[in-house]
Amino acid sequence: MSALYAFVAAALFGCGLYMVLSRNVVRLLLGLSLVATAVNLMIFQAGRIRSVQPPLIPSGADRLGESADPLPQALILTAIVIGFALTVMVAALALRSYRDRGTLVNEGPGPAEQLGDPFDGEAGDDR
Amino acid sequence: MTAETVTGTLADGISFWPVAIPLGAAAITALLRRRPMLQRGAMESGVLLMLAASVWLLAHVAHGAVATMAFGGWGAPFGVTFVADRLGAALTTVTGIIALAVAIYARAEIRARRRRAGFDPLFLAMLAAVNGAFLTGDIFNLYVWFELMLVAAVGLVTIDRRPAQIDGAIRYAAMSMLGATFILIGIGLLYGETGTLDMASISAALVGREPSVTSSAAAYLLLAGFALKAGLFPFFFWLPASYHTAPITASAALAGLLTKVGFYACLRVFVVVFHAAGEPTVPGLPALFALVAAATMVLCVFAAIAQVDVRRLLAFHIICQVAYMMLGLSLVSLLGITAAIFYMFHSMLVQAGLFLSAGAMGRATGGYDLRRAGGLMRERPLTAALFATLALSLSGTPPLSGFWAKFLVIDAAFRGGAMWLAVTALIVGLLTLYSMSIVWTDAFWRSPRKTAPLTRRVPPAMVGAMALLAACTLGMGLAIEPVSGFARAAAEQMLPRATAAQGASSATATRMRTPMNADRGAP
Repeated sequence: MSALYAFVAAALFGCGLYMVLSRNVVRLLLGLSLVATAVNLMIFQAGRIRSVQPPLIPSGADRLGESADPLPQALILTAIVIGFALTVMVAALALRSYRDRGTLVNEGPGPAEQLGDPFDGEAGDDR
Repeated sequence: MTAETVTGTLADGISFWPVAIPLGAAAITALLRRRPMLQRGAMESGVLLMLAASVWLLAHVAHGAVATMAFGGWGAPFGVTFVADRLGAALTTVTGIIALAVAIYARAEIRARRRRAGFDPLFLAMLAAVNGAFLTGDIFNLYVWFELMLVAAVGLVTIDRRPAQIDGAIRYAAMSMLGATFILIGIGLLYGETGTLDMASISAALVGREPSVTSSAAAYLLLAGFALKAGLFPFFFWLPASYHTAPITASAALAGLLTKVGFYACLRVFVVVFHAAGEPTVPGLPALFALVAAATMVLCVFAAIAQVDVRRLLAFHIICQVAYMMLGLSLVSLLGITAAIFYMFHSMLVQAGLFLSAGAMGRATGGYDLRRAGGLMRERPLTAALFATLALSLSGTPPLSGFWAKFLVIDAAFRGGAMWLAVTALIVGLLTLYSMSIVWTDAFWRSPRKTAPLTRRVPPAMVGAMALLAACTLGMGLAIEPVSGFARAAAEQMLPRATAAQGASSATATRMRTPMNADRGAP
């Protein structure tokens, strides 16, 4: 079971990284989401997949028996929420960029990287 | 309620106020969106209160006490704790000083339109996240602060919604998200290995173990993530592609604070959690640190020399300076870590100051292009003097703090036998001076271009903000003995294993260690 989870996480991570390398902003975004999913699976596995009992102490007892580890689930929930917020933010940026430039594909240096020629004395700045 | 109970209640949360105050102020300024003047007042009072809380915290921990706070009464290793030691408290104080300078500067640059776009809440949320990262004792909590920092910083970069800003922000956000996933995998692996997220408890659990594949993988992934956030080689390219697009007020705050938080995380995690300085739990780390530091330093100083936009030039210098700190960490000795800590204090103040003076330069000449600037020394002597102070400090001229910072790093490298690192650092220092002299010659010294527009006035708020930071670097340089002594004390406090939470959680950590290891993950 653990090996299966590990392979699934590795496959997702690989696909995600491949898509992150794309010049298209939407693919980049999807790639980042895939990578985040792979990481969540990995954290889930870090808590060991053994028991499916909820981590509740039965009434009358003072110790917890064999149960699932709740912490990785809390971590994953946090990571999902953060990842969702960040993905939405980048999607908004991508939309804005599309409206400005009419394309989602970055060919060559973008507006933030235009340097001007060092030998051109009259090059403008971006103000 | 008597005065004493009030003070007592305030003192309970002493390690959380530097985070709580800017967070609260961010909420208030967000509500005051339609009242720019009130909003500005709320932002400025939030910054002042935060600075006061940080100074109070620093005074509290300066003599070796550690202020801890466990949220919801759940102590380490289960709950999230805030642990303020000397290093964390001093860094929040430096953050407060930079925030004050930036808030003063904002009076001249941030107008009603940018305030409506949310400058104040974003700036305050970023400050809260920076302080949170400096004070937290929980490694997952550190990740959360990094993400909050990223969201606020991207908001600040895109505040005018110009195409260049959007483009820069996409690069910045995408790279940082990737870095955050590396950090998150590292954290997951460490949790799987030790069964806790509290840094002091992880550290205690790793002591005396054979270096395992899991902990090594976690260490290298965390290094990749933090190096990306700190802008170190080979992950530095996003920084000069995004920082310069923001308004200077925001750039200065980003330049002074964010990369340093990345380096702080390196310092805390590798010195405290992985015991890089003692018996190493992960082999090969210091050699990798040294390589990364040397490569970053050499590449970025040459890249800086080649720039013609003064903001991009300074952006490369930010990275170059982080490399000096990394060099200090790579020596993994008391001297090296002391030097890295001192360098961090110095570099935060000077980088923010240099960005602010670049803004003043841009205001006076109407642009940031060095090829078209000139004549500022005669026209704006005070701005020129303040820029010169900060630039000389960056390139390491006595008696400013930059000289001592470089001296401590290079001295530690010579004493640690890392001759090649020391020589590299010396040469890069010389090249930094060369790069700063190009800016000085082009923008300040030479006579103004005939075609250039007339030099405009530099508002007093800009001069005041620069003067505050220039005074800090001069003061640190003159009062070198107490400041470097403090940095040494902070390093000593970090070095013995698991010191970070000694005050409150080490007893719990020791008690919990055996059951945690025996049956990890099932508390």
